[in-house]
Amino acid sequence: MLKFLKRFYIFIIFTFLYAPIAVLIAYSFNSSKSSKWTGFTFDWYIQLFQDKQIMNSWGVTLRVAIFSAIIATIIGTMAAIGIANMKKRTRSAVLSVNNIPVTNPDIITGVSLMLLFIALRIERGEITLLLAHITFNIPYVILSVLPKLHQADNMTYEAALDLGATPFSAFWKVVFHEIKPGIVTGFILAFTLSFDDFMISNYTGGTAQTLAVTIFSMTKKKINPKIYALSSIMFLTVLILLIIVNLRQDDNNSKKERKLKKVEKNL
Amino acid sequence: MKSKSLSIPFLIWAVIFIIIPMIFIIAFAFTDDNFNFTFDNFNHLNRYLPVFLRSLKLSIISTVICLALGYPVGYIISKMSPKVQNVFVLLTMLPMWMNFLLRTYSWIKILNTESGVLNTILSALNLPTIDIMDTQFAIVLGMIYNFLPFMILPIYSVLTKMDEKVIEAAKDLGANNVQVFFKVVLPLSVPGIITGLTMVFVPAISTFIISKLLGGGGANMLIGDLIDMQFLGNAYNPHLGSAISLILMVFILISMGVMRKFDSDEAGGIM
Repeated sequence: MLKFLKRFYIFIIFTFLYAPIAVLIAYSFNSSKSSKWTGFTFDWYIQLFQDKQIMNSWGVTLRVAIFSAIIATIIGTMAAIGIANMKKRTRSAVLSVNNIPVTNPDIITGVSLMLLFIALRIERGEITLLLAHITFNIPYVILSVLPKLHQADNMTYEAALDLGATPFSAFWKVVFHEIKPGIVTGFILAFTLSFDDFMISNYTGGTAQTLAVTIFSMTKKKINPKIYALSSIMFLTVLILLIIVNLRQDDNNSKKERKLKKVEKNL
Repeated sequence: MKSKSLSIPFLIWAVIFIIIPMIFIIAFAFTDDNFNFTFDNFNHLNRYLPVFLRSLKLSIISTVICLALGYPVGYIISKMSPKVQNVFVLLTMLPMWMNFLLRTYSWIKILNTESGVLNTILSALNLPTIDIMDTQFAIVLGMIYNFLPFMILPIYSVLTKMDEKVIEAAKDLGANNVQVFFKVVLPLSVPGIITGLTMVFVPAISTFIISKLLGGGGANMLIGDLIDMQFLGNAYNPHLGSAISLILMVFILISMGVMRKFDSDEAGGIM
């Protein structure tokens, strides 16, 4: 009985989380622009690729997400290494500055950067968008890399130095491998946050519109079903990627298990 | 150590893009159009008190409901087999990959009084239809919908790391399931709850999309709408906008401080 209740509860919650997504995907196949269902069509998927505004903002979103994630990962990883070697007091001061964009509401980060760009008389466009995205991405990279640095064994680094490695090659060949998972997590997090952001892009993008900002300007009038089509494609791509990664992991795990069992038998 | 110098690019970046913009907010909040010092911006705020109170009310209601709905989900997922756990964690995060504006917009299509999906189904079943579009109820629904995953994930991650031995020990010492939950599991999950509460409360109190799309704007305006109007809207007045932002920030800092205090008190209680 309890088991049934639990399953039912999970079912209800996930229905709640996925119902709007299902509705959007359904409407991406609706032949009319209104809320009324008038018939099945693929037209929006075809027209989507001819829509300049949507394709432009899709390009802006992708470029900004990729470049801001790469630059934030580099600056953030370097910063994390520096921070890990700081004295306790400096470290906590730097970390509290780092936490400002994390804890501040996005709207405030957005408008504060807007004020900065206005004061510096920089025309708002793709460059300011990139600067803003790097700014809110760095803290997340630092927060993902820092714990890995604390876990990393300092002895191996020193051993490498003792064995004649230069600090750079000791870092590259030893420390880097230990913190790699943190760097990868930071990069993925940065990319996702940038890709998904609306609030900060809204205030710092100016003429350069990300997909989210374009969608927002459409919600004021009527949303074109082409956007549903694009979102459905993106959503299903991520879904399929996740399924593939998961299946491969399972496959790897079961291979490892089989190998282990073989080793055990031989023993 | 030379490696400390590796953080220099970040420090420069942080000064230009984090600290100076914050100083701008403070400076704008206390000045008029000619940049003369003034408290005027704060004097105007009385007018907006109802907006502040409404934001506070709706975001607190949504945060509490998110906790009530999200805790059981995190708990149930943490008890599943590891493989299934992974699947459900991904399922919790996956909706975030569809733009949140669209997902919120989709609720209009679901809740719409005449042609909404929900009412179409209800009337087909001969049930009474519901009309909640453009109400505060719809705003709360939108907030819960958007921020529920932020509650589920931290609670799940605290629960899944919890040491089973502590629970076994409590049972060995004669605690029943209810006692184990309220005296052991719940107190130990406080850090996850606190993270979840802040991750829901901060975006909920500062949102302006949800109120605009589901609350119909106007009478159901929130702090976020107010700030947005001062920077990109017709009411362009960055000085007033900065004053409102400053108050919102102070407000969030205070509520986070209170929650942290609660956290350490709890931890002290267990020890």
